[in-house]
Amino acid sequence: MNKVLLGVFLGAVLGVFDGLTALFTPDPAIRAGIVGIIVGSTGKGLAAGLICGLFARKVRSMAGGIALGLFLGFLFALFVALGVHNYYVRIIIPGSIVGLIVGYATQKYGAAPTTTPATR
Amino acid sequence: MKFLLDSALERLREGAEAPDLAGTRYRLLERIARGGMGVVYAAEDENLQRRVALKVLDVPGRDGDLANRLIREARVLAALEHPGIVPVHDVGTLADGRVFYTMKLVEGRRLDKYIESVISIPDRLRLFLRTCDAVAFAHARGVLHRDLKPANIMVGPFGEVLVMDWGLAKILRAKVSGGACEADPEATVFEEPEQPAIPGDATAISVVTGHGTVMGTPRYMSPEQARGEVERLDARSDIFSLGALLQFLLTGKPEGTTAPDKSLAAICAKSTAASPAERYPSVQEMALDISRYLDGLAVGAHRESIFEKARRFYRRYSVAILLIAAYLFMRIILLLVSRR
Repeated sequence: MNKVLLGVFLGAVLGVFDGLTALFTPDPAIRAGIVGIIVGSTGKGLAAGLICGLFARKVRSMAGGIALGLFLGFLFALFVALGVHNYYVRIIIPGSIVGLIVGYATQKYGAAPTTTPATR
Repeated sequence: MKFLLDSALERLREGAEAPDLAGTRYRLLERIARGGMGVVYAAEDENLQRRVALKVLDVPGRDGDLANRLIREARVLAALEHPGIVPVHDVGTLADGRVFYTMKLVEGRRLDKYIESVISIPDRLRLFLRTCDAVAFAHARGVLHRDLKPANIMVGPFGEVLVMDWGLAKILRAKVSGGACEADPEATVFEEPEQPAIPGDATAISVVTGHGTVMGTPRYMSPEQARGEVERLDARSDIFSLGALLQFLLTGKPEGTTAPDKSLAAICAKSTAASPAERYPSVQEMALDISRYLDGLAVGAHRESIFEKARRFYRRYSVAILLIAAYLFMRIILLLVSRR
């Protein structure tokens, strides 16, 4: 599996999981909007995974990959939290960690692109 | 009456042994080592202005058994062009009638000395894999080494591995260099032990048995080789030696001590099985198992229990597992906090 595909797949899976955890919150309003939460959470996971995967294809840097993942996770989660005007900690911290995991995974795993010799 | 000191006698002997390089393009520099057939010197190739190793027979004459064997060794080396096998440059006869050949002068350290500074098991295994590459190449060209041991493997200054001392090599079939190096039907007759290339390494032996001449190094020699069953030798005999070499790299001894890991111990055990049928069928398959071990995968030589599988899985993905565990832990904490 190449790095971009790995990033997208992992971002989506973790995003779905991240959204599903909303089911365990005591607030019934949150549980009622679970579909929207899952879709939003999956979307930000996908976006973070795609960007981290593209970055990992170009740059081999574990620290850089982790930092980028953390930043993207934080940024996307911040947008979501600003949108709902609530649950900042509960949205931003898990979202940032999901980004960090995706950033790490795309650097560590996945097939790097191979360079082919120039042909005439 | 005066007695000469041992060192003075040794110098006189070395002087008398020194080859006459008149008429060649080589200039003698220093003696490096003594072998069973002759002596290895450092020399300078004056045409190309580079240092080479010059191996020269003790006795003059081109037609003797030893001369034939030295020439055959040079031809084997010439046919085995591989980065892991020392390249031969030239072969000929000196003015004093002695046969010689020149090869690359390897300025490195013997594997047994080199690994004293290599603590990491994966690094040692990577050295071993490079040795396997060279031996597998020789096998593909129909040549058995028959004396693989740490003293016959050199590691160069850039970590390059060179398999040395092909004096006991057996040609399984005339596949080398378009037949330039013929299969050796008289291997059992000619074979004489190559003495250690490095003084002090007196481990090679030669014993005549009912089957033929036994050559090699005890503890690194396969049982069938030790029995002198020359006609039965195939790639699996070298695999036995590689197994003993692997054991040495892992434990410091070629036998008797268990490797630090069950998978590696199983690889050692499979390669050094008494019966050739129970060993790896080829060097590539043995190397593949080592590579799989290095990649954190299951090896073919060892059937893992469920706990061993779990432990290997954890070792391979430890950081990812820890990250996910941290995520889950944080999720649980947040849930608990939100329920208050």
